[in-house]
Amino acid sequence: MELEQQTEGGELDPQLFRHESGRMVVALTRLFGIHNLALAEDVVQDAFCRAIEVWKFQGVPANPSAWLMTTAKRRAVDLLRRERTARTYEPELTRMIESEWTLVPTVHEVFEPHAIQDEQLRMMFSCCHPRLREDARVALVLHILCGFSVGEIAGAFVSGLAATEKRITRAKKVLAQSKKLFEVTDAVEFQRRLPDVQRALYLLFNEGYHGASAETAVRVELCREAMRLTAMLLEHPLGKGPATYALAALMNFNAARLPGRVDAAGNLNSLEEQDRSKWDRGMIADGVRLLELAATGDAVTEYHVEAAIAAVHARAARMEDTEWAAIVALYDALMRVRPSPIVALNRAIAVAQAEGPERGLEEIGRIGDRKRLGAYPFYWAAMGELELRRGRPEAARRHFGAALKLARNGMEGRFLEGRVRACA
Amino acid sequence: MADFLYLYRGGEAPKSPAEGQETMQKWMAWMKELGEKGYLKAIGSPLEKTGKLVSGKSKVVSDGPFAEAKDLIGGYTLVTAKNIDEAVEASKGCPIFLVNGAVEVRPILQMNM
Repeated sequence: MELEQQTEGGELDPQLFRHESGRMVVALTRLFGIHNLALAEDVVQDAFCRAIEVWKFQGVPANPSAWLMTTAKRRAVDLLRRERTARTYEPELTRMIESEWTLVPTVHEVFEPHAIQDEQLRMMFSCCHPRLREDARVALVLHILCGFSVGEIAGAFVSGLAATEKRITRAKKVLAQSKKLFEVTDAVEFQRRLPDVQRALYLLFNEGYHGASAETAVRVELCREAMRLTAMLLEHPLGKGPATYALAALMNFNAARLPGRVDAAGNLNSLEEQDRSKWDRGMIADGVRLLELAATGDAVTEYHVEAAIAAVHARAARMEDTEWAAIVALYDALMRVRPSPIVALNRAIAVAQAEGPERGLEEIGRIGDRKRLGAYPFYWAAMGELELRRGRPEAARRHFGAALKLARNGMEGRFLEGRVRACA
Repeated sequence: MADFLYLYRGGEAPKSPAEGQETMQKWMAWMKELGEKGYLKAIGSPLEKTGKLVSGKSKVVSDGPFAEAKDLIGGYTLVTAKNIDEAVEASKGCPIFLVNGAVEVRPILQMNM
């Protein structure tokens, strides 16, 4: 290859392959048609194999991304020449591909950075197909746009490999059968599907922030991916509405607090124990700016309310400075916009902070469908915490014990064991 | 000192982009280590997986691959070491072992007159 080689040990973005995977897949899918997604994935795999073979001997090229793109383009041209008539490709491009005069320029065009940018957004919307369940949408986004393998997705969601594989295979089939990728230029359709896309990005972020995976690195990665895709959405004129700004604000406020949530040994810290000096002030400032941008129009989404709650936490210099009454009021608003037992539980915890543990327990007792919380470790932990605070360590210990049994990973387990011990 | 050729055989393709990048970076680190320890004589090259085989008196040309995937030579490196034991020992850090591949260590035939 004619590209200049990078000097020894140049810093390579650790996510390079994953991100380039998403960019190459969308460009190739544009060329081959969504029904040939598997073919696009093969070409990408092939480009990576070549990169690994060549780079390990010759070092990483000066522009690794361009090197990969060039390799994928060449492979695509070879493949289209060889199989020009053996397959059907993207209907809109078929004539361009069939003629030798236009083949190479067409391939180059779909790999232009602006074209790839558009295609990533199209793919994001296509993955949020109405026929797919929310978890399948998130898995598909992670797989296609973020370059996570099925195994890595199963690991991140602590779900079985076979089940994850089935979910993704089925989702890909739905995508392939949709014949055409989502048309982002159709403003009406765009607005109609936008909430589903926002929801998928929200769930992706939450999986990283609250999720079950024991590996902090994996979870940080999920949060980062959600933020990267949300930023992409904000670059589109139709994508950057108030709800998307609110979602981005929420992600920034929460991501800012990630470094404080887990200590150096990988142990979970409660909000009380967190070293607030570790919070990322730059991200909090971004969150404030984004939340201001979200304050247009009259629609108040759950992202607005959740971002506002996160903002109250973020601006409290110490735990005892938290404006709990404001947080309770915001949870009341969230219960109107998007009621759920978890929201009700969080609201009760805020009430306890504002008005004392008895009031908190009272509110927990009032949660309508609190049976659904039975499998959630932090439901039991919350009750333990409040019983402990009102001087009933025996009851607290029972609750923490129940929570411990439900711990989803070692990190949660160690945290809850500590709470059981605190009841002595 | 004597020269040896490492022939890299087999090995599985990465299962994900992240794994691929990790593998590649491990290889680069290992190559660097070979250099730092003074083993590396020529870093060598990767080989395409397909090629042509020209054989026999009638020079029949056939298409490769010429071996099972697990035996296919993917590249080579020239090293220098005190003896074959040292060359073998130095090969053990090769990341190809992580993906079920093998390193064939072949002494370069010396013409000691």
